[in-house]
Amino acid sequence: MKQAIKAAFPATIPVLLGYLSIGIAFGLLFEKAGYNFIWAFFMSFIIYAGAMQFIAVSFFYGGIGLVQIAIMTLVINFRHIFYGLSFLDKFNEMGIKKWYMAFALTDETYSLLCGMDPPEGIAKKKFFLSVAMLDQSYWVLGSVIGSLAGSLITFDTTGMDFAMTALFTVIFIDQWKSYSTHIPALTGLGCTLAALLIFGHGNLVIPSMCLIVLALMLGRKQIEKRIVEISEKEDMIP
Amino acid sequence: MILSFGQSILIIMVIAVITFALRAAPFILFSRSGKTPKVITYLGNVLPPAVMGMLILYCLRNVSVVDSPHGLPELIAVATVVALHLWRKNNLLSILGGTIFYMVLVQFVFI
Repeated sequence: MKQAIKAAFPATIPVLLGYLSIGIAFGLLFEKAGYNFIWAFFMSFIIYAGAMQFIAVSFFYGGIGLVQIAIMTLVINFRHIFYGLSFLDKFNEMGIKKWYMAFALTDETYSLLCGMDPPEGIAKKKFFLSVAMLDQSYWVLGSVIGSLAGSLITFDTTGMDFAMTALFTVIFIDQWKSYSTHIPALTGLGCTLAALLIFGHGNLVIPSMCLIVLALMLGRKQIEKRIVEISEKEDMIP
Repeated sequence: MILSFGQSILIIMVIAVITFALRAAPFILFSRSGKTPKVITYLGNVLPPAVMGMLILYCLRNVSVVDSPHGLPELIAVATVVALHLWRKNNLLSILGGTIFYMVLVQFVFI
């Protein structure tokens, strides 16, 4: 296992950097809401969802019911339901550990695991587990550092929540580059803009997701055709 | 802390349980049959970029293009993140650089 962790570490450095910066920003915001590092540790340990935890900070200022929180969580994290689909076989080989792997399947861990193979001599199961555990430790560490720093430093944090926008923008660009068709990405932007204009900014996520799924289902033939066409073209390149 | 200890724990537990349920759902639903419906595979394939686009706009939902400064700080900062990321492809640089720049913009430039 030690060897697997050593082998996995270099692959996780981008996530280390991303999670530390986002985790620190989350810890600071959470601390500002009155929650110390023990809370930050606990939350990052058992929830482990970057975007959701950011959004959740606003729940702790009160006035939002548990049902609404549940619906928000369901909608914002709904995308995770699809991530496991890419790893059904691989995780099923891992026995009881597959439930940790499922739990730890964040956007970043998902994209890391999608695009890599363990170095020679390292078992894939151990390698996957190492990547997942390293990633979570960065997230927990970042949020604890953030909440500790928050109680020490008292600078103006106005605008720091932009880190979340920046994170999504970065993932958006990476996905834009790796996808053979940009229709899904543009659908996401277009449908959300439409939902914003029609339903306003108060309740944006649920109508947006409905429009997105509807649009993607209606355009399924077109999108699948493009995905196939382009992968055929790529096959022709030696 | 505005909320009580119990209320805070409850919020965290609700988010944790639902998040885990979503992440574990495919393994509960499709682990035995071995065959995933094609439409599910398709959605799993095309949803991630769409959701990211949605989340970017979700973050910016409270920005007003009508009132001053007309969403300019956000526009400039997002453009900076895009430029940094296309240039260096370094997550930390893009995220921290864009965020610090945005903080400067809203704290000192567009007051």
